[in-house]
Amino acid sequence: MSRTSCEAAGIEGLGVLDLFVALVLQIVYGIANLVLISMGLAIIFGMMRVINLAHGEFLMLGGYTVVISTNHGVNLWVAMLILAPLVVGIIGIIVERALIQFLYGRMVDTLLATWGLSLLFIGLVTTIFGAQTETTISPPLGAIQIGGYTSSVYQLVLILIAIVLSLAVYAVLKLTRLGLVARATMQSADMAAALGVSTKRIYMITFGLGAAVSGLAGGLLAPITGVLPNIGVTYIAKAFITVISGGAAILAGTTSASILLGGINGIVSYATGPTIGEVALLAAAIVLLRAMPRGITGRFFRKSL
Amino acid sequence: MNWGRENRWRVAVVIVGLAFTLIAPAALQLFTIINLTTAIALALLALSLALIWGYGGILCFGQTAFFGLGAYAYTVAAINFGGTTWAVLVAVLVAAAFAAVLGYFVFYGRVSDVYMAVITLTATLILYNLIRRTSGPEYKIGHALLGGFNGVTSPPLNLPWAPYSMLFPQHVFYVGMLALILGYIFCAWLVQTHFGRVSVAIRENETRAELLGYDTRLYKLGLFTIGGALAGIGGILFCNGVGRVTPDVFRLDFSAQAIIWVIVGGRGTLLGPVLGSFALFYVTSWLGTQSAVNNYLVLGIILIAFVLGVPRGLLPTVVGWWDAGRSRRAMQRREMRLRRRRGGRASTAGEAAHEG
Amino acid sequence: MRGEIVLETRNLSMHFGGVKAVDRVNFNLWENELRCLIGPNGAGKSTFFKCLTGQLAPTAGEVVIRDFTATGREPHEVARLGVGIKTQVPSVFDGLTVEENIWLSARKWHGRARSQSLTRDTLERLQLGDIRSDLVGRLAHGQRQWVELGMVVAAEPWLVLLDEPAAGMTHEETERTADLIREMNRTATMIVVEHDMQFIRMISSRVTVFHEGQILIEDTMDVISADPRVREVYLGHRRQ
Repeated sequence: MSRTSCEAAGIEGLGVLDLFVALVLQIVYGIANLVLISMGLAIIFGMMRVINLAHGEFLMLGGYTVVISTNHGVNLWVAMLILAPLVVGIIGIIVERALIQFLYGRMVDTLLATWGLSLLFIGLVTTIFGAQTETTISPPLGAIQIGGYTSSVYQLVLILIAIVLSLAVYAVLKLTRLGLVARATMQSADMAAALGVSTKRIYMITFGLGAAVSGLAGGLLAPITGVLPNIGVTYIAKAFITVISGGAAILAGTTSASILLGGINGIVSYATGPTIGEVALLAAAIVLLRAMPRGITGRFFRKSL
Repeated sequence: MNWGRENRWRVAVVIVGLAFTLIAPAALQLFTIINLTTAIALALLALSLALIWGYGGILCFGQTAFFGLGAYAYTVAAINFGGTTWAVLVAVLVAAAFAAVLGYFVFYGRVSDVYMAVITLTATLILYNLIRRTSGPEYKIGHALLGGFNGVTSPPLNLPWAPYSMLFPQHVFYVGMLALILGYIFCAWLVQTHFGRVSVAIRENETRAELLGYDTRLYKLGLFTIGGALAGIGGILFCNGVGRVTPDVFRLDFSAQAIIWVIVGGRGTLLGPVLGSFALFYVTSWLGTQSAVNNYLVLGIILIAFVLGVPRGLLPTVVGWWDAGRSRRAMQRREMRLRRRRGGRASTAGEAAHEG
Repeated sequence: MRGEIVLETRNLSMHFGGVKAVDRVNFNLWENELRCLIGPNGAGKSTFFKCLTGQLAPTAGEVVIRDFTATGREPHEVARLGVGIKTQVPSVFDGLTVEENIWLSARKWHGRARSQSLTRDTLERLQLGDIRSDLVGRLAHGQRQWVELGMVVAAEPWLVLLDEPAAGMTHEETERTADLIREMNRTATMIVVEHDMQFIRMISSRVTVFHEGQILIEDTMDVISADPRVREVYLGHRRQ
């Protein structure tokens, strides 16, 4: 929502405080949005230095899983929180075994092959389900009043889930054995292998987890954005920009970049509309990369997770 | 160094191209000729990517950005000027300028190749989104409405400084083929100049090029700008071939196709991607006429198959087999000569051990 | 022997996070010297080297080459001063021929004709004539090192920085490299980072020993090899 759309809706009587709250909420939601769509890519990129251009399609597949399963009677929350990550996680593992594992170390080739994969998924989904969706789901949980401003409860829930997701990723990486082994492999694969770690399995699991997180995010966003075969395209740009602006650290990088870029996007969108907001996001990322070519965590918070 | 053999092939290619230009309008239907003009426009896009990526090692996923900008700039300028003479120049300058600005940020920021690829792709997607929303009457540059997702009709090319002498499709075909052939000659010349050789060296090892004293950022910027200009020229022809320019020039699968031409045709050659673009143009046109298999699906499979199976592309692989065959035959001849010579001398213990 | 100082670092430091790879190094190099930098792994030699060539921008301190402040400059600017650089891992153009590699180096400084003759001379001098048309990527390691040395020679530098020129070479190749370096020293000032003590004895007079990012001692090879501190740094404490 922008200032102009508020005025267009004839919302009268909104005090300055209400508008401020509305703006803050929008920006925080935008940041949470970025975190959700980028986390999966950050896990894969941060751990394996693999740039997965099919990331947007993982999100898309998560969305489709939710829409199709709810059409067949599955409970919405089960579909979003369990089914979507599961399905896309499995797809991720298949992709890693069938394609990615042959291209480790070949960054450009990985880029190209995953782009081919992205096209393949779009084509496959279009062929099976058609270019338009038959049904959409509306965001659950209705609306809530905050002062004079009406907000969608679902948006607030998404903000919460984004926070929980970040904490969960932190917990897994810092507190579990899998996380420790994975971090070791990320820092020095040879050393980890010498210690008896099956790096192949770690990569497979990591890729699968990253895909699962992407599927989760895509499923959660399905009620808001709708599902189309090529909706992944709108995600990949923002997710990618956020991840490389963030830098090598998975969690600190994604969150700091999301806050910075999401904030700029939110403010500019409010002032001038969503399209210019996106331009502002890209411009901000380009300027940021010019100043810090290794991303935010290449310069600050270097030792963080 | 040893450009002799390659140049002889190139001259042959140019002659074939010229012959084709002269014969085609007589031999083919008008509809095919118009279609070909569009294919030629895409071939110029392929040529630009072959130059910057195949030779220069600059991986740009969004080369269609300059193509599309050239198309839109030409159309808008031609509508405003009432003639196409200066519009052509404006279009090329706009495409080149955009490439220069983007290139400046990427190369002088020392952003890595991989990021470069995605940043350019993102720029293209943003252009797509921006232009698609320009449907209303308030979106115009001068007299020209931008037209949103329907696009704008493009004024056909006219004879220089004669706005009312518009070229017939057949003549546009000539102009297109001439542009392609001249573009090919220009690129072939460029890669043999010192500038071109350094660009290739930068692709091989940027650090070493710097340590020799070359300012690699400047070379990459120059090459990228030239590539942008070439793509812009392709855009101009595209408008003429199709008759209008729409936001679809900035679409994702279009950018993908450009990359596929170079991968399929071969990196490190100019001709390969050009031929690849013609081939893929006809494949995708044919696919478009029948709805059984989806465009994206086929492109995706082709891309994956080639990255995994034929990473150097068709032309270099075929040439490689040919060369390997030649050197194998040369080695066999050498060995025969050596054996004949040895047969006349008493063999030493060492040689006997070798033979055994 | 002492002429003017041609390269100087003042309080040069390079920190990576908490690690002080180079720690407040003051270094002087006189004209026509052939100085070797040695030290155990991780002592900071190669990091120091990269600060000189412009490949790394130091965290603090200055690098001055003749009168030019080279600190944090781009590598091509340093190279253009007339500095020839050979990196630790051979940095060559794998997809080009030996001749093209050397030609590109010469061509930076001269026109086409002079570059041709310079390339020819360099190929002869380094005995690379036989493999002039071979792709560098296909050559053996020792030959690739020599191609890189050829590129350095062809630029006719007055200051030459070599990082492990004899690494991975056979005994015969090492001797030839030592000869070449001595020959280059007739017209150029040189810094050679090396591990191989035998090799250093073949070429050098003065040696600078690095340890934990700082200069431990700077003297002739004989004095250094007798110094107990150096032994300790390389071999660890002697058990009593």
